[in-house]
Amino acid sequence: MAKIWVYGDPAQDSTGFKTTLEILTKARSLGGEVEAVVFGPGATEAAKAFGEHGATKVFAGDDAAFADTIGTVAATALHQLVQENQPNIILFPMSYDARDVASRLSAKTGSTLMSNATDFTGADGAKTAIFGGAQIVDVKFDGPDPKLVLIRPKSFDAEPSGGTAEVVSVSAPTVEGAKVVERHEQAASGPKLEDASVIVSGGRGLQDPSNFKLLEDLAALIPGAAVGATRAVVDAGWVPYAMQIGQTGKTVKPKVYIAVGISGATQHIVGMKSSDRIVAINKDAEAPIFQLADLGIVGDALKVVPKLTEEVKARKG
Amino acid sequence: MNVLVLVKQIPDPNNPYQLANNRLKRDGGQNVLDPGDEFGVEAALQLTEANGGEVTVVSMGPESAMEAIRRALSMGAHKGVLISDDSLQGADALVTARVLAAAIKKTGFDLVIAGVESTDGSTGTVPGAIAELLGVPLASFAKHLEIKDTTLHIQRQTEKGYDDVESPLPAVLTVTAGVNEPRYPTFKGIMQAKSKPVEQLKVGDLGLSADEAKATQTVNEVTPAPARGAGEKFEDDGTGAAKVADFLKEAKVI
Ligand SMILES: Cc1cc2nc3c(=O)[nH]c(=O)nc-3n(C[C@H](O)[C@H](O)[C@H](O)COP(=O)(O)OP(=O)(O)OC[C@H]3O[C@@H](n4cnc5c(N)ncnc54)[C@H](O)[C@@H]3O)c2cc1C
Ligand SMILES: Nc1ncnc2c1ncn2[C@@H]1O[C@H](COP(=O)(O)O)[C@@H](O)[C@H]1O
Repeated sequence: MAKIWVYGDPAQDSTGFKTTLEILTKARSLGGEVEAVVFGPGATEAAKAFGEHGATKVFAGDDAAFADTIGTVAATALHQLVQENQPNIILFPMSYDARDVASRLSAKTGSTLMSNATDFTGADGAKTAIFGGAQIVDVKFDGPDPKLVLIRPKSFDAEPSGGTAEVVSVSAPTVEGAKVVERHEQAASGPKLEDASVIVSGGRGLQDPSNFKLLEDLAALIPGAAVGATRAVVDAGWVPYAMQIGQTGKTVKPKVYIAVGISGATQHIVGMKSSDRIVAINKDAEAPIFQLADLGIVGDALKVVPKLTEEVKARKG
Repeated sequence: MNVLVLVKQIPDPNNPYQLANNRLKRDGGQNVLDPGDEFGVEAALQLTEANGGEVTVVSMGPESAMEAIRRALSMGAHKGVLISDDSLQGADALVTARVLAAAIKKTGFDLVIAGVESTDGSTGTVPGAIAELLGVPLASFAKHLEIKDTTLHIQRQTEKGYDDVESPLPAVLTVTAGVNEPRYPTFKGIMQAKSKPVEQLKVGDLGLSADEAKATQTVNEVTPAPARGAGEKFEDDGTGAAKVADFLKEAKVI
């Protein structure tokens, strides 16, 4: 029987370890022994939720040093635990911090490392989606244990099973590395993108940063709505990175996703294609986004969106 | 300062990707220097322009990857290293990291710069594994960077904003798009690039065993995902907004 480990990434705390809980839910459905590892402030506290989602044991390290170094301290501690406990596979949430830990561990153990997985079949293989989700690749692993797999958010639904986990506390080893000296947080308002029931998302077609206001006005009228963006406008500095949806941003699954002035590049689509319904507003009838839109409006966003805001107001009465 | 930049040649992302034998087709079509790696080249050029030193571009790939190296040289990099070996076809992230780390050690470095993730593979795990193999810090996901004295300072993008991160040198650094504005090669640069030295290496030159260069992943099969069909599409004749509002009402979100 395989020993499956799931890695909790506290840097994802804005999502309350959601991806970790999703992975735990799937892991326990495969049978076998499911345990978890979590490093950083709040680790021991998180162990409760991990237990409820299927972990029988949680290795928890609360030391701030885990979070304040880039990869090194966590990878060293995890390597130590791997040698003592011999897991067959470790599943990580696909996040920047987890990636830096998993890639270091892979070099330490000589284990295979797979990124961007959307499913796993046990300790011997996993699946990933390529070309914006159009093709599914089924991959088989060889080489020494533990196999290391990074799983995309929202690949599974999280469901508690009501268990409790034994907590084993882990101290932080002293290792050199790059260090965080100061954190800067941008104030966020409204629902988080990951939790929003409706997302109004804008791309370069909005022409000017000030036109994001049109999306905010619309979102303000819809309960549980949030505003998202493409990487093109994040890189251009129009809106903060926290709003980016896609391969290198957030993965979202709202009831309705409204893509405004977004072309539909594969790297954007992988982050939103699982939305229940998709609306696209784009002036180019050939834009790829229309291929997955349930409702497509070929038109000028700067005209359609303000009008839509009025129409929504009218329907709300 | 001795700055190494890792650059990858990829199939032109503006053309639809194709598969051949369950692998990304890397020959035949148009190949380009990964646009994500141009940010690394630019960062290296700016650092050496400010602090002195040399920029070496390093790539692992088929012989044609020489074009990607020449492109970086024409932007202003000084020399190149190309590791090309038939035994590396189908190399996974760990094998790629081992090969590149061995070439980096052989060349010597103060700083290695890579993209956060490649545009075709986008595993984002090659640089971290290289840092571990070299035994140096990884300063990842930088949207701003600076070297003061011998310390690397970056702004590292986070979920909530950014972190100020410091790292001693030598180190591995990964840069995001948006860290700078990559320059275009000048005509003079293109001409000069042709005569800049590029060292060509095989796996055997790197002291790696066959085992270390063997991939630990194989593709069982590639199957099309269930397609999400397109719905209705309307030319906006002034009623587009009303159609969307009706749709939202029907979806019970307003
Ligand atoms: C490694 C890598 C990772 C990436 N990760 C991400 C990611 O996480 N998320 C992401 O979004 N992208 C990502 N990208 C970038 C992605 O490839 C695209 O460049 C980006 O999504 C394009 O954004 P866009 O749709 O806003 O811009 P464009 O592609 O420029 O599209 C703008 C659209 O607006 C339309 N338009 C113009 N004017 C109007 C108007 N007045 N009214 C209506 N429509 C109009 C145009 O017809 C066009 O379709 C990544 C790229 C790489 C290489
Ligand atoms: N074959 C390669 N040759 C040179 N650099 C590479 C290669 N593969 C990956 N890299 C570097 O590592 C970064 C991340 O790639 P990846 O981990 O494959 O997403 C890229 O942006 C490159 O800088």
